[in-house]
Amino acid sequence: MTATLVRPAPGVPSARAARAELRRILRWPVTWVLVGLWSALNLIFTYVFDWISYRTGRAAGPAEAGVRVDGLLPAAVPDVLVQGMPIFGGAIVLMLGALAVGSGYAWGTWKTAFTQGPGRTAVLGGTLLALLAVVAGIVLVTVGVDLAMSTVIARVEGVSAAPPGAADLARAYAGGLLVLGMWGAGGVLIGLLTRGPALSVGLGLVWTLVVENLLRGVAGALPGLAAVTDRMPGSAAGSLAGALGADGPGGGAPGVLDALSGPAAAAWTAGYLLVFLTASVLLVRRRDLL
Amino acid sequence: MAETIVSTERLTKTFGGRTAVDAVGLTVRRGEVYGFLGPNGAGKTTTLRMLLGLVRPTAGTALVHGLAPGDPRAVARTGSLVEGPGFYPYLSGRENLRVLARFQGLPDADADRALERVDLTGRGRDPARSYSLGMKQRLGVAAALLGDPDLLVLDEPTNGLDPAGMADMRALLVDVAAGGQTVLLSSHLLAEVQEVCDRVGIIDAGRLLVEGTVAELRGSTEIRLRAVPADRALAVAMAVAGDDAVRVEGTELRLAAPAGRVPELARALVAAGVDIAALHTVERSLEEIFFDLTTAPREEVPA
Repeated sequence: MTATLVRPAPGVPSARAARAELRRILRWPVTWVLVGLWSALNLIFTYVFDWISYRTGRAAGPAEAGVRVDGLLPAAVPDVLVQGMPIFGGAIVLMLGALAVGSGYAWGTWKTAFTQGPGRTAVLGGTLLALLAVVAGIVLVTVGVDLAMSTVIARVEGVSAAPPGAADLARAYAGGLLVLGMWGAGGVLIGLLTRGPALSVGLGLVWTLVVENLLRGVAGALPGLAAVTDRMPGSAAGSLAGALGADGPGGGAPGVLDALSGPAAAAWTAGYLLVFLTASVLLVRRRDLL
Repeated sequence: MAETIVSTERLTKTFGGRTAVDAVGLTVRRGEVYGFLGPNGAGKTTTLRMLLGLVRPTAGTALVHGLAPGDPRAVARTGSLVEGPGFYPYLSGRENLRVLARFQGLPDADADRALERVDLTGRGRDPARSYSLGMKQRLGVAAALLGDPDLLVLDEPTNGLDPAGMADMRALLVDVAAGGQTVLLSSHLLAEVQEVCDRVGIIDAGRLLVEGTVAELRGSTEIRLRAVPADRALAVAMAVAGDDAVRVEGTELRLAAPAGRVPELARALVAAGVDIAALHTVERSLEEIFFDLTTAPREEVPA
């Protein structure tokens, strides 16, 4: 038998893996359930409730108007875009990352993917790129939904529907991408650590929705703890949202903080993103797949 | 000398304190169907996982296509189905293969061709989760065939199949081997291995007990004789086959001699006035060898 030629597979391995992973993630009903859930939550909590209370308040008389209409207008989209992301958006994207990675262990698909040709690192790189594309899409959809809804509100209320500044919108987009990207990478890491969808989602949600809040609650009582809790993933993301103009506690969205300055919050969030990614790559490279 | 496509040397894997694979040295040559035979839990799957780079050996070395296992270049030339197929349950069979084709940088047509090869085109649009066990297994083989790899590593491909499915799978393996692809096939089914494999390695409790061609392992044939009077028959048999080549099993004499000696033996027996009740030859089945090897008390081998 003649020596077989190694057929060079076309393209960069991680790009091939990204195309494959994007295809299976986009055809996964769970992805669309989560995207739909986030879009609905964002619409309801950012606009619908506030608009209703604005209108009921105005009907009761000017003195009763608790909610101002400014926050519901297109010009305010950069301020409100990220406000739901530190907690709700983050939890949903974390679920997406944890399910996308954790389910692979339950289905046995990591074994299949790792024996296709691109190395393990390239396959994980492909998963991460595919999830990044989905997260970028989610933030973009959120921008679209927010602009559309706020324009409707402005027209109905007969006030200015002037669009927001492009630079502000771009900054808010980048902030949203950073916050959701960090949580998504966290989900991937938990999915890899627990090697399953159920435990990873459970642990991730307990952390984002419960543990950080509890720790923040007791931070005042224990000296020095506040310095730690202010720099935890949720606090960093919340501070980033706050720095981008979202209303903090009292004004509205849960999870929005002013514990850190904008640049510090962005740096900590980016730092967590990097740590989650690095730990994920190390885990996938080193661990046996049984 | 045929080219070696897989070789391992003292390949070992321990999990905690338990040794799953113990100093295994096996050789698979290009173009052959190699049967990796052993009872459940013998270490077959762990060995195959090491060859695919899914599990890191604790000690020893392995070469696949002359490269370290798990090297992307080696993986790209190896198709595998290890411990059941792993598919995205919500995607159709066809779509699953198309996703895998993207990993390999292949066009969709290659995925469709693989689907056709395992006779699943008719159900290609149904979600993989709706497939029967046999169809899932065939889809797994289709995934392994994708990209025409030089080496196919198939772990118990007939597991869970009904008799018709097993026959189909065997026919497919023979077909694949006829195309020149090397197949490393693990199984606990002896008949399967005997039927399709060129060479066999038998593993038990993590140790590779023996490796060779099916014919080598079976060894020589045996002539079995029942005749009266027994003492005269024994004397004739020893005269024909040699003193050491005859043993008595109950009322039967067993001669370690080739089948070609049967007419000579029959003539001698008749000439000596012995009445022949039964005279036939038997080949040891792989099953007998297997049970001889796997039930024999294990020798203590000094480290």
